Amino acid sequence: MAMRVKHRSTLRFYLNDEFIELDRVEPYRNVLDWLRLEQHLRGTKEGCAEGDCGACTVLVGRIDRGGALVYEAVNACIRLLSTLDGTHLVTIEDLARDGVLNPVQQSLVDCHASQCGFCTPGMVMSLYADWLDNRRPTVAEVEKTLQGNLCRCTGYDTIVRAAQYASDHNEPRSDRLNTGRAKMKERLLALRDGARLVLRSGDDRAILPASSDDLAAVLMEQPGATIVAGATDVGLWINKFLQQLPVMVHLQRIEDLTGISAAEGTLTIGAVTTFAEAEEAIAQHLPQLAGLWSRIGGRQVRNAGTIGGNIANGSPIGDTPPPLIVLGSQVNLRRGNERRSVPLEDFFIAYGRQDRQPGEFIETITVPLPGPEDRIAAYKVSKRFDEDISSVLGAFRLRLDSDLISEITIAYGGMAATPKRARAVEGALLGREWTRETIESVLPLYAHDFTPLSDWRASADYRLLVAQNLLLRFWRETTGIAPVQVRELLHG
Amino acid sequence: MDDLLRTGLAALDQVVPHESAHKHVAGTAEYIDDIIEPQNTLHAYLGLSSEANALIRSVNLDRVKTAPGVVGVLTAADIVGINDISPAGTNDDTLFCDGRANYHGQPIFAVVATSREAARRAARLAVVDYAPEAPHLTVAEAIAGGGATVGAGLTVRRGDIDAALAAAGQVIEGRISIGGQEHFYLEGQVSLALPGEDGEVLVYSATQHPGDVQEVVARILGLESNGVRVHVRRMGGAFGGKETQGTLFGAVAALAARKFRRAVKCRPDRDDDMVITGKRHEFEIDYAVGFDDAGVIEGVRMGLHARCGHSLDLSRGVADRAVMHADNAYFYPSAHVQSTLHRTHTVSNTAFRGYGGPQAIIAAERVIEEIAYALGEDPLEIAKRNFYDDEKRNTTHFGQPVTDNIMARIVAELEASSAYQERRAEIIEANQKSEFIKRGIALSPIKYGIGYSKKSMNQGAALLVIYRDGSMHINHGGTEMGQGLNTKVAQLVAAEFGLPLKRVRATAAATDKVPNASPTSGSTGTDLNGAAAVDAARRIKRDLVTFAADAWKVHEDEVGFENETVRIGSHIVSWHSFTEAAYAARVPLSATGFHKVPHIHWDRNAGQGSPYGYFTYGASCSEVAVDTLTGEYVVLRTDILQDVGRSVNRDIDLGQIEGGFIQGMGWLTTEELWWDKAGRLRTHAPSTYKIPLASDRPRIFNVDIAEWSINKAPTVNRSKAVGEPPIMLANSVFGAIGMAVASVADYRFAPRLDTPATPERVLMAMQRLKEKAGAG
Repeated sequence: MAMRVKHRSTLRFYLNDEFIELDRVEPYRNVLDWLRLEQHLRGTKEGCAEGDCGACTVLVGRIDRGGALVYEAVNACIRLLSTLDGTHLVTIEDLARDGVLNPVQQSLVDCHASQCGFCTPGMVMSLYADWLDNRRPTVAEVEKTLQGNLCRCTGYDTIVRAAQYASDHNEPRSDRLNTGRAKMKERLLALRDGARLVLRSGDDRAILPASSDDLAAVLMEQPGATIVAGATDVGLWINKFLQQLPVMVHLQRIEDLTGISAAEGTLTIGAVTTFAEAEEAIAQHLPQLAGLWSRIGGRQVRNAGTIGGNIANGSPIGDTPPPLIVLGSQVNLRRGNERRSVPLEDFFIAYGRQDRQPGEFIETITVPLPGPEDRIAAYKVSKRFDEDISSVLGAFRLRLDSDLISEITIAYGGMAATPKRARAVEGALLGREWTRETIESVLPLYAHDFTPLSDWRASADYRLLVAQNLLLRFWRETTGIAPVQVRELLHG
Repeated sequence: MDDLLRTGLAALDQVVPHESAHKHVAGTAEYIDDIIEPQNTLHAYLGLSSEANALIRSVNLDRVKTAPGVVGVLTAADIVGINDISPAGTNDDTLFCDGRANYHGQPIFAVVATSREAARRAARLAVVDYAPEAPHLTVAEAIAGGGATVGAGLTVRRGDIDAALAAAGQVIEGRISIGGQEHFYLEGQVSLALPGEDGEVLVYSATQHPGDVQEVVARILGLESNGVRVHVRRMGGAFGGKETQGTLFGAVAALAARKFRRAVKCRPDRDDDMVITGKRHEFEIDYAVGFDDAGVIEGVRMGLHARCGHSLDLSRGVADRAVMHADNAYFYPSAHVQSTLHRTHTVSNTAFRGYGGPQAIIAAERVIEEIAYALGEDPLEIAKRNFYDDEKRNTTHFGQPVTDNIMARIVAELEASSAYQERRAEIIEANQKSEFIKRGIALSPIKYGIGYSKKSMNQGAALLVIYRDGSMHINHGGTEMGQGLNTKVAQLVAAEFGLPLKRVRATAAATDKVPNASPTSGSTGTDLNGAAAVDAARRIKRDLVTFAADAWKVHEDEVGFENETVRIGSHIVSWHSFTEAAYAARVPLSATGFHKVPHIHWDRNAGQGSPYGYFTYGASCSEVAVDTLTGEYVVLRTDILQDVGRSVNRDIDLGQIEGGFIQGMGWLTTEELWWDKAGRLRTHAPSTYKIPLASDRPRIFNVDIAEWSINKAPTVNRSKAVGEPPIMLANSVFGAIGMAVASVADYRFAPRLDTPATPERVLMAMQRLKEKAGAG
């Protein structure tokens, strides 16, 4: 166990140009309510309070593992105030100076891209985060930027045009956030004191451990604490269910639990790595998952949500478990100084129950990288293509020996109470020829493997049929005739 | 009247952005929840029924009252006036349940606390004892349960439909289920009420109908209308969802403000908002169509079954409009169209952009599709053969002449510009070779009537004030919800005086400035309020012209207003010095303006008349690709040609068209309201209710306005309404998906898709057709 770290009980961060130091922070207070109710900054809007509409989008600047100050768009409604420690919060009020609009804002005006205007500040912030990178976005890229921003009035076309127009006509290097980057980075570095942050209000506590060793210590003291990573789900427990979480342990500042490394055919993912941080490594090492990856939540959710959280949460409809299961991933857990590993597949015991003991937390996930002979695919099917929860998610790994199936792993989300393998189907496929006839002959076994539920996302019949058809899609894709998915017809 | 058509609109040819665009992007546009609250403002939160159909035996609020921060509670017993928030005073819609819960989510009480969070937490502590009964949730259950209705339907007849169907070459019967739609305005419902002298109250309400909020608050508080003022500067979207649905929140805030003598805000969480407030009506529509070998319709019978929810609200108007749009653009020589307003134990459905028109038009298009598939023809060809024409086939089934029929021209132009025929041929050929992906294309015509069948609503008023420095405030009965109404009205006023737009400021709608205003709905905002504002400007101008002619000793004809100056004979006077001079000479610088729509009449009992001032026309052509393995689809291309008459603001109109199309597309595709067996809405937030995103837009999106169209009806600038019609342009997406579905059985059977065409419905429809093809 590590040395005892010093404690701090004041929250410190920057809001636009202002240094903020708070010694009383309500652990449930989210950034949006703090801005609107306590700071009376009301440019940031509440549309849904669940991270799905983007009206509350703000930028959070933080120093990443590489030492760079990066600004990320996040939903203020599900970002807890206590987790802003050591960051630079940028709101819509920071953009226009003395009545002069920022170029992104001016482009939206010039392109008639606001109607009711309620989603607009959030749109501005999402587009602004991208515009700072100084590159003309393609239409597809703008659409990706806006995956987490709903507009009910415009139909989006004018907004997409404005995003491109802003890049065509303006130079972000002279933007205040860019010119002030070095100075702000220094300020944020100066806030790093290696302390454990403990914020109290009444009987409630929010604890932000300083490191993974400190986290291990905290959880030994508080084994019943709620571990919070990106709060993309916990934020809803608080906002929607008004749930009481007397002790929250936030992983937000624990740098040594983030990052991805590839060595000896294995990808090691720090549990607190966000989906956005992982994007590049996924594209490089697991390009078969890149399409799925960009459909996990919206941009703001990917900037907050973590891979460890997606797993530890135990949801039957999480997007990462099925593909990670077929890749043979392991979950590496720590409790105090004890460590153990569990195959990801076995981590999910039953609905709402995972193989994690009180006081235990996920440190890393290890993913064996597929070889060139492996065919991998993951297909997400949802009512709406982007920013939706899967009706069915199918993941596949296939290895052929000449034309015969020598290895096949198939896992689904949305088909059972946990992410689940299609064992009977796999068994029937092994050793057979990889042909359409073979596929069709095993489809009846799906009913043996799965008894899905009917709900508002999909009926049981649809789920079962789609699960079967996805195997057919996988087969067709491995035979190399494209395109097989309708989205491939877009942005040709 | 005629000079309404000449509005100095050369000035309007310039590009004018939304009057609040700068504030929207800067985050400084103020919505009601952004108003800095008066000190010690309290917050009201609603306690909701957890049963859809139940007797309420008792309500115990002890734990609510003693919860931290709670100041008090409100129940039906606190209502001084009448416990009725129905728009027409029909006394069938309570503010707080009185003994019965009629839908899951109906407000039973409100708790008032020092913070919204405290009120919200406390609201969950109520103990309510219910005696639940099985709810009737669907039209079928309502019929089986005894056929209760919320009001009388409308029947429109032409000719002898039985004889027409008996004599027809072919008859097809069927049914289509049409889903509802959540408005999903980005700004949720909200009201802030401030108590005043003598029991008065000022309510800031996110409402499309300040007059209704005023009337209902007065009714609840037992006041006359002059005891209530209602203001609304802007809304963050409304789409019909704030026509009557805002009154509940306004009334709760006002009642609490009066009881506790403090400012009170009432703003539900998004999930509660979606559960409590009404939506677009679901419809089950039965149809029978008789037609000849050429596909020309001989008679249509339609039964429009509206799921109205537990009370009337606006259902009568919605279903009436549906009856009157059951023809879409087609002439029915013989017709029998009837609506039934089914009472169900669900939230009371309400206005939504299109107001019943979209549902009926979908059914009309289904009828065309049935004929086309029966005859093995392109639905577009069948549509064209049934258009109204300019000769004999030019009167609707309810007796209104179609006098400015430009449907055929719109469709012909779009057919050419979208290369519809070539693409359709190519798609049919390509589909034969494509294994899993099938494409479809459809071109959908839309005719839509503008105006209210209730004649009294077809009036507008405005108040224009000019200050000594020449700046102006224009106030009118309409409300700004994003549609650009204030921009257009200000433009019209500025053009009257030859002024730049910045001299004219549109202000918050206020019941104490313009009284008795109609709701801003039915696409009529500019027609009514723009014309009234022009009238007000002209009243002031008349006095100013007289003054100028007298003072400068010229003839009145020699006075003109242009380029921020007044031309008086050979003199050019700056606008500022002119208004100062007019003030000094004691010329009135304010006026009210008024407008009423001519030539409207409607006899509901007879089902006959001319309820609409005019019709708008439009057409869209969409191409989609559908995945036959999953039912997923994409829109590859959409072309739109819309008639807006002579536009007052082209960019704003284009925005309405594009936005309306996408909103309509959401309604017909991914937006699904899903109730469980207990009557609980389970898609009550954006996580579960999926409106379109940027990536759902058509890959190619060509939107155009029919520049040559000039309204034959005497509207301001000869423009036409644009708010609602574009919703229905999305029909082409639905039609194209239908064609792709039909392709799996070689187009032998009509796809008979219901809405919304979620990937699931699309896949299951294809399964059905495959089985049918295999069987036969």
